[in-house]
Amino acid sequence: MPEQRRALVLISGGLDSMLAARALLEQGVRVEGVNFFTGFCVEGHTHAVRQADRARPKRNNALWVAEQLGIPLHIVDVVEEYKRIVTRPRYGYGAHMNPCLDCKVFMVGKAFEWVRSGDYDFVVTGEVIGQRPKSQRKATMPVVAEDSGAGDRLLRPLSARMLEPTLPEREAWVDRAQLFDFHGRSRQPQMALAERWGIRDYAQPAGGCCFLANRHYTQKLRDLWQHRGAREYELDDIMLLKIGRHLRPRPNYKLIVAREDGENRFLEGYRKAFPHIRPLSHGGPLTLVDGEPGDDDLEFAARVSARFGQGRDAERVEMEIHPGHGRSPLRASVVPLAPDDVPRDWYV
Amino acid sequence: MNPPTDTHELDATGLLCPLPVIRTGERVRTLAPGAVLVVHASDPGAAHDIPAWCRVHGHEVLECETRTDDRVIVRLRVGNAR
Repeated sequence: MPEQRRALVLISGGLDSMLAARALLEQGVRVEGVNFFTGFCVEGHTHAVRQADRARPKRNNALWVAEQLGIPLHIVDVVEEYKRIVTRPRYGYGAHMNPCLDCKVFMVGKAFEWVRSGDYDFVVTGEVIGQRPKSQRKATMPVVAEDSGAGDRLLRPLSARMLEPTLPEREAWVDRAQLFDFHGRSRQPQMALAERWGIRDYAQPAGGCCFLANRHYTQKLRDLWQHRGAREYELDDIMLLKIGRHLRPRPNYKLIVAREDGENRFLEGYRKAFPHIRPLSHGGPLTLVDGEPGDDDLEFAARVSARFGQGRDAERVEMEIHPGHGRSPLRASVVPLAPDDVPRDWYV
Repeated sequence: MNPPTDTHELDATGLLCPLPVIRTGERVRTLAPGAVLVVHASDPGAAHDIPAWCRVHGHEVLECETRTDDRVIVRLRVGNAR
């Protein structure tokens, strides 16, 4: 009886990687999944925070796919290692700050480390030739294989018959004839295959699955780097970019203003790390102050913050200002800024 | 009389998913089969994701509770496969 081979499949939670894994399972390969957490995944975070989204299902799509397929899924924290991909991508960015080709090389390379250690025989992705303009073209497929180190131990079952046979195909660990020749941007072949295999429920992320492909998000990331004078970030930085209104009234500080109760609760967890402002006389947002504000700046920030609370039309609003750096909180009675006094270019 | 259960605690409050799942997995890898891990989380998604992760890895979910303050508590027994 031939030895059962072991494949490690990059599972994103979308349909393509689900089908790629299923294609291997159909051939009797032992399959496990891996999902890399970079900190920029759209899924989950803001939905978990915002009150309005609380009724939405909270499932993690990669885990859900693994359950449907009946395979183990390893979710791996790569936040630290991923920083060099975001800050110094060898192949540059896509439309925004999405380093898609570098990202794919990185993730296949990380998965291939597990092959090198002997736990698996080959790596599998759900890549489809021509599906993505930057990272999933016929010309970039060999780049991913070569730069990741995976070489011919990287199999793309959905486009395999349009590519050179890989080691798993040549060694008959998998039957190439049962793999596919999908290509192009159309999703019809994948949807037809899903139908054939009885897969009717799958995630269809609208607007992509990575915040680095989001224009509004990447504006905030660029602003962060510009004002810190370095292309660096910590996980908390990139989490906070997903939450609240971000306004920069002055170059030396930025305000993060909660938009609703869920964001208020989330920002509460960060208040000890930042100077912050909260209303006392009216309902309103918690506001974090990121940067090096002076006392005048904090009082002005309190006026900006009051503009977003229930006292926005009041003559004065009582605010509590926490200057940070071990100093005691101050009370201030401020005049809320008028809407016209908040220029659009303050919004990051 | 049953021997005392080897019980451990993990504080994953303040973390957004999938970090509570990742930290749970990292902790489980250090524990012996049969040990019990109690995970405390504040992301409501943890009430779905940690049990799902347990199911695909063969760990037993003993209890999963979302409290009125949105705190999630998952008690799991470590299985053989990790």
